[in-house]
Amino acid sequence: MIKELTCITCPMGCQLTVVDKNDDGNFEVTGNTCKRGPKYAINELTNPTRVIPTTVVVRNAMLPRLPVKTAEPIPKGKIFDAMKVINQVVVDAPIKSGDIIIENLLGLGINVVSTKTMAKC
Amino acid sequence: MIYDVVILGGGPAGLSAAVEAKKDGAENVLILERDRELGGILNQCIHNGFGLHTFNEELTGPEYAERYIHQVTDLGIPYLLNTMVLDLTDNGDLKTIHVINEEDGYTVIQSKAVILTMGCRERTSGAIGIPGYRPSGVFTAGTVQRYINMEGYMPGKEVVILGSGDIGLIMARRMTLEGAHVNAVCELMPYSNGLVRNIVQCLDDYDIPLKLSHTITFIHGKDRIEGVSVSQVDEKMKVIPGTEEYIPCDTLLLSVGLIPENEITRNAGVEMDDRTNGSVVGELRQTSIPGVFACGNVVHVHDLVDFVSEEAVLAGKGAAKYVKGTLDTNVTFTTVNGNGISYVVPQQVAMKNVEENVTFYMRVRQVFKDRVVNAYIGDQLVATKKEKKLLPAEMVNFKIAKELLAQYPAGEIRFVVEEAKK
Repeated sequence: MIKELTCITCPMGCQLTVVDKNDDGNFEVTGNTCKRGPKYAINELTNPTRVIPTTVVVRNAMLPRLPVKTAEPIPKGKIFDAMKVINQVVVDAPIKSGDIIIENLLGLGINVVSTKTMAKC
Repeated sequence: MIYDVVILGGGPAGLSAAVEAKKDGAENVLILERDRELGGILNQCIHNGFGLHTFNEELTGPEYAERYIHQVTDLGIPYLLNTMVLDLTDNGDLKTIHVINEEDGYTVIQSKAVILTMGCRERTSGAIGIPGYRPSGVFTAGTVQRYINMEGYMPGKEVVILGSGDIGLIMARRMTLEGAHVNAVCELMPYSNGLVRNIVQCLDDYDIPLKLSHTITFIHGKDRIEGVSVSQVDEKMKVIPGTEEYIPCDTLLLSVGLIPENEITRNAGVEMDDRTNGSVVGELRQTSIPGVFACGNVVHVHDLVDFVSEEAVLAGKGAAKYVKGTLDTNVTFTTVNGNGISYVVPQQVAMKNVEENVTFYMRVRQVFKDRVVNAYIGDQLVATKKEKKLLPAEMVNFKIAKELLAQYPAGEIRFVVEEAKK
C-alpha cells in the first residue's frame, strides 16, 4: 500500500508518502521535514483525529460567545456528535483561558476547555 | 506628556512591537486600539494552528493573543481601548497623533516614534464587481467569522464561498460544524489562495468541493440571495460559454483578498509600495518618515501570525533605537523584484542596523515546482533558497546572513525564481 498525504500539523504542509510494504502496519513515512510528520501520517491512516475549535454560549460577558476547543484531538467520526454536546452548554463569566468547560466529552476522556479569558460585566 | 513610542493598533503586530520596544529601552510606550479589547483579528480566529513557530505549540487565535496581552500587562505598558486614530502628522522630532474616544473626546498625543500596526481589511463585493443583484446574504468571510464566533449569529444554511483565501476555507469548516451546508468553494485562479493544510482539514475533511478556475457570473435574488451562477474560466480567466451551473444558496461568502489599511499612512505622506499596498520599509521596518515604523499586515499581508509577531519585533527594536538615537539612516541596499517575484519586504536595508541576518519576506507570482529563489547583487549570486514548491499563497522567508551581504559595498539585491542548478 502506498498513500500520499498532506501533513496538516503545521502550516508548512509537507507532502508525505506512506508505504506499508507488506500491509502489516509497518509504515514507512517520507517527505516530512520534522518528526511530527510520521506521527501524523500513521495516525491519519489508523485513527484520524482533529482538535475541534468552536464556541459555547456565555452569559454576563462582553460578548455572547466563548471560544473553546477540545484539549486533545478527537476521532474524526465523533466531530458532529461532539458539536451537538458542546452546543448545549451555557456558561457564566468570569471564565479563564484553560478552564474546563466540559469534562470527559462523549466519554472519550478528553475535556473541552475555554480558549479565552472573559471578565464578568 | 511626550511618549517615546505610540503604537497604532493593538492586534498581534502592535502587541509584539510594544513588548519589544519596551524591552529595548523605550520608556513611555502607549498602545491605541479602536476595538473594545486588545488582540485584533485574533479574537475572531478561534481555530487552532497559531504559534507553532513562536511558541512551538498549537494555539487558537485568542490563546495566541493572550500570550502577548500578558506580556504587555506584565511590562506595565498602558493602552487605550475604543480609541480611534484620526490622523498622524509629522513635526520633525515629534509626531502628533489625533485621536478620538468617548471619554476624552478629541485629543492630541505627542510621541517621538510611532509604529503603524493597523492591519488590513477585506476586499468586498464592490471591489470585485460580480454581475447580478445586490441582495442581503452576501458577506465577506471575516464578517461572518465575527458574527458566528463572537456575536453568536448564524447568517445562513446553504452556503457558497467565492475565493479560496484562508478565511474562506476556515469558514467553510466552521459553518459546516454549525450545521450549514457548504455547496462549493469557487476559485478564479487554477490554484488555491489558501494554505494546503486548510484545503485538507477544512474542505477535504468535510467533502466540500473546491472548484478551481471557476467564478460567479451572476447573483440571483432581489431581497435575499437565492442562488449564484457559477462558470468555468479559461487560462486567460475568460468565462467559458456553456459551462454555467446554477447553485441555490441563501448565503454567499467572499474570501477574495485583503488590503492593508493605510489611510493614516498615506495622509502622513509615507512612501508606499504599489505591489504590497503597504509602506516602503527598511530592515527594522522604518518608513520614509524618520521615527515612523510599520509592521504586520499593514505592510504586507502575511499568511501566518507568527511571522507578523517576528516582523513586529524588528519594528519594536527599530523604534527603540530611534528614540535612543542609535538608528543608522544610511541605506546600503534596495531590493528588486526579479522574474517570478511579485514583492519583497523589506525594500531597503541599512547594514549598520543589522544584527546577524536579514529575513526577506517575498511572494512568487505563480505556482513553481522544483525551482529556487536566487539573490543577486549585480551579477554575483549571494544566496539561494530551495523550495520544493513555490505557491503565491505561501510567503517565502529568505534569510541571508549579515556576513554574506557585508561582502558587497552597496547596491540592489535582486530576487529571481530560477531553475535549480544540478
